[in-house]
Amino acid sequence: MDLVTPEIGLIFWTTVTFVILLFLLAKFAWKPILKAVKDREASIEDALKSADKAREEMQKLKSDNEQILRDARAERDGILKDAREISEKMVADAKAKATAEGNKVIEQAREQIENQKMAAITDLKNQVAKMSIDIAEKVIRKELSDKANQEALVGEQLKDFKLN
Amino acid sequence: MLLLGFSSNLQAQDENGHNHDEHATEEAHMDDSPLSDHAEGIEEAQAEDEAYDPTPVVMHHIKDSHGFHVVGDLSVSLPVILWTDNGLVTFMSSAFHHDVEGHHIVEASGMRFVNVHEDIYQLNDGAEAVEFDADHHPVNASKPLDFSITKNVFTLLLASLILCLIFMTVASKYKKGHSVPKGLASFMEPLVVFVRDDIAEPNIGKKYERYMPLLLTMFFLIWILNLIGLVPFFPGSANMSGNIAFTMSLAVITLLVTNFSGNKGYWKHILLPPVPKALWIIMIPVEIIGILTKPFALMIRLFANITAGHIIVLSLISLIFIFKTPAMGAVSVPFALFISVLELLVAALQAYIFTMLTALFIGTAVAEDHH
Repeated sequence: MDLVTPEIGLIFWTTVTFVILLFLLAKFAWKPILKAVKDREASIEDALKSADKAREEMQKLKSDNEQILRDARAERDGILKDAREISEKMVADAKAKATAEGNKVIEQAREQIENQKMAAITDLKNQVAKMSIDIAEKVIRKELSDKANQEALVGEQLKDFKLN
Repeated sequence: MLLLGFSSNLQAQDENGHNHDEHATEEAHMDDSPLSDHAEGIEEAQAEDEAYDPTPVVMHHIKDSHGFHVVGDLSVSLPVILWTDNGLVTFMSSAFHHDVEGHHIVEASGMRFVNVHEDIYQLNDGAEAVEFDADHHPVNASKPLDFSITKNVFTLLLASLILCLIFMTVASKYKKGHSVPKGLASFMEPLVVFVRDDIAEPNIGKKYERYMPLLLTMFFLIWILNLIGLVPFFPGSANMSGNIAFTMSLAVITLLVTNFSGNKGYWKHILLPPVPKALWIIMIPVEIIGILTKPFALMIRLFANITAGHIIVLSLISLIFIFKTPAMGAVSVPFALFISVLELLVAALQAYIFTMLTALFIGTAVAEDHH
């Protein structure tokens, strides 16, 4: 058996064995193994893809949430601002109204006081006038108890009238 | 893997050493076989001044044989299958009683056969003993077609059986619905995926799936045969992947697959090369030779690499007998160990290269035309 001369027997057995081995392994080993590997790779890829998708959605949801939160916060701020404005306005209005009302009341009071005062003065005037007349009557009555005095008085009065 | 290499290698040393001792003593008593090259080599070793010639022992180990020498006188007998002019003849190799010098004549189906250095000759009618010419070729015998289950064929069948067992077990694990590889499958799957992702797909391209079974079978068969060849004792030690017939058969398969998958662009490149027409007279023969040289290189590469590894290990061990001192073992054994570990790498590397180049050749044959 020479080292570099191929033996027909070995060529025959190698070829036959290799072809049979190829057939057997291809059918019963390589096909199922490669299929399993491929299926697994496909499922891993799918899983990764869906995980990515989920992450994306999550991101989107998160940003949506943030948007909503931001909107809500802005709305809240707006409402609070409005409320503050309204309350301030209300307070201001109330104040203004109160002041106006107060002023009005004071005015009325002053008017009334004025009226009362006027009435009182009038009354007083009347009283004073009445008292003056009474005094004058008493004085006159006393004065006029004698005829001389009456005449003097009338004369005096007449003088006064002239002057007027 | 590395540990296995170490232990098997150490056993290799023991085994080889033992074998040589056995041979030496055996041959020393067999002074009645002066024609034997082998015996002459050993006799020379026995002689005081003559140098020991390791060539016959090394050549015996790297070539094929009809029996499987285990240890000492113990050997495994293998069937001899011959296709003669008178039809098929079979008998067990033990019928030769370890004779490789053509002395022991086996009679089967009325024909006489002798074993001359593992070549089986059929004696011509009437011849009683084989006669040799000056070049030690038998003159009165013819060579029938030898389809024996030799040591190498036995190893090939063993390797095929191991591959079937391993990968059918792996495949059955997937069939049971385990989508995640466990045990053997988790060890084998990366190798299968390696062949797919690093050999088939980059070299062949989109159509790689069709060629996966071929490439996987080639890769794992070559690898396991390389590894079995490194095991120094029965049932290993056969130099199957370093046998030219084996590498030639695989190379021819590569040649056939490549050329039968060749598309229009591939043949156009060979028969109508894209060079000025005046150069066609040179280019076309070159391209046609190129079809053959590529697989031829594959054949030689694998044969030479694996055979060289075996020769180096055996030669290093032979140093002990050349220097005739066991002390030489202190040098030989570490070196042989180193080479054996290196051969473990080479075993995988050569399987990879053979498969990768096959994929590359197929890739050029099925490539889409760029012109």
